[in-house]
Amino acid sequence: MSLLSMEKVTGGYGEADILHDVTLRVEAGEIVVIVGPNGAGKSTAMKAIFGLLKLRSGQIRFDGQDITNWKPDRVVRRGICFVPQTDNVFPTLTVQENLEMGAFVRNDDIRPAMERVFELFPPLREKRRQAAGTLSGGQRQMVAMGRALMLDPKLLLLDEPTAGLSPIFIDQIFQIVKQVNATGIGILMVEQNAKQALAIANRGYVMAQGANRHEGTGQELLADREVAEMFLGG
Amino acid sequence: MDILQLLIYGIVLGGVIALGAIGVSLTFGILGFANFSHGDLMSTGAYIALIFFTTLAWPLWIALPIAMIATAALALAIDRSLYRWFRTRQPVILLISSFGVALILRSLVQMIWGPDTITYQTGIQMPYRVAGLRIRPDQITILLCTIFLVLAVHLFLQRTKMGKAMRAMADNPNLARLSGIDTERVVLWTWVLGGGLAGAAGVFLGLDTRLHPEMGWTLLLPIFAAAILSGIGKPYGAIVGGLVIGIVQEMSTLVIAAAYKPAIAFAILVVMLIVRPTGLFSGRSTV
Repeated sequence: MSLLSMEKVTGGYGEADILHDVTLRVEAGEIVVIVGPNGAGKSTAMKAIFGLLKLRSGQIRFDGQDITNWKPDRVVRRGICFVPQTDNVFPTLTVQENLEMGAFVRNDDIRPAMERVFELFPPLREKRRQAAGTLSGGQRQMVAMGRALMLDPKLLLLDEPTAGLSPIFIDQIFQIVKQVNATGIGILMVEQNAKQALAIANRGYVMAQGANRHEGTGQELLADREVAEMFLGG
Repeated sequence: MDILQLLIYGIVLGGVIALGAIGVSLTFGILGFANFSHGDLMSTGAYIALIFFTTLAWPLWIALPIAMIATAALALAIDRSLYRWFRTRQPVILLISSFGVALILRSLVQMIWGPDTITYQTGIQMPYRVAGLRIRPDQITILLCTIFLVLAVHLFLQRTKMGKAMRAMADNPNLARLSGIDTERVVLWTWVLGGGLAGAAGVFLGLDTRLHPEMGWTLLLPIFAAAILSGIGKPYGAIVGGLVIGIVQEMSTLVIAAAYKPAIAFAILVVMLIVRPTGLFSGRSTV
């Protein structure tokens, strides 16, 4: 049984459907990457999992349970955390407060979880009293991911975590993704830097025009000539 | 000496404006609409206190909390029965309906207590004289209570989980939802806090001047000016904004006739919206 599975999901934000029969799965502990051109519905597919979309048909299952059309806070409690591409921190709140907000639904002691985040992202420890809005792009991304990790999720959804970052930070973010994954957390990631992302992925999906186009292991997709020419920029 | 005297009056008025502006700022930041009924919520709070403070002749330290709780409950009841249904619609619908609520509240106050000016206590209060400056006992009460309330709000926003969640939601409502923050509970606390402070502001305004059904409505403009001055949606800025507006309004009487005081707030509002619509401390932009 997969950790997460989307079966023939069709839906959109309003009248028009954006996703058409999208099917994908994430096994426990996997890194899965969705690549594809702009407007392919990659981020929308992710939002569908998170209950931010009205689905007309299809089913989303997580950890053996049907979570189709659940509200976001319920999905969060169930063990999926989402890091949006932009506006993914609370800018006037301190780093520590951002992390506390990630654990809002928890009523137990959150210090061990915060300690783990600080171990994963050492720069955040010294900046914990600083407003998140004053951090650099890379550090802000750490806060965003740290916030999502505060609930000990089973699955982390990352929407273009490297968008707008300089190459140094991009490498750093991919390293962090691998590190997070090494703690046993499954990762589903939408990425523009497709080659780098596929290189660290167990499996990947190529989406175009709101539907599945190709599927394979990261290496297979990187080696596939058609995929390379059409979607990875030669 | 005149300047120092006006400074005292300005701080008293500024405190009242700040208490109102915190509520307006929170409602804007968290619910995303400019609440036009906030001033009339203040008036209602002032008149509720009249029952306990004047009619029943209970001490202020009992009448004030009762008025605050009652105003908070009223704000919450209005939200549950009206605003809640429009929350997913465009903000302008909320804005217009809050205008309607303002009219309803004002008319209710007029129906119950009449259109005339009322005072909490008759008779002349002898001001204290300190180093040539005059300050009335009421004004000292207002100042001390305002300082206490602002500190309480500060501690609530900084130290409690709900306070932090309110700031988080004002910062980024979408992310708050994605983080699993119970946004309906945040909304509930926003009304409790904003309504309670509005009640207190109304009582203080009544103590400082007199009660009149339009007292809160008249103060709405300076309150909005204060909230916008510092970047609407940021409760801390609202406190600073309130003090600035209050002091500037009082100081303006040095150069122009006192009747133009409200125009000063309006002028500041217009200039701010043109020059720096995001506020002095460059908060998030308005809708």
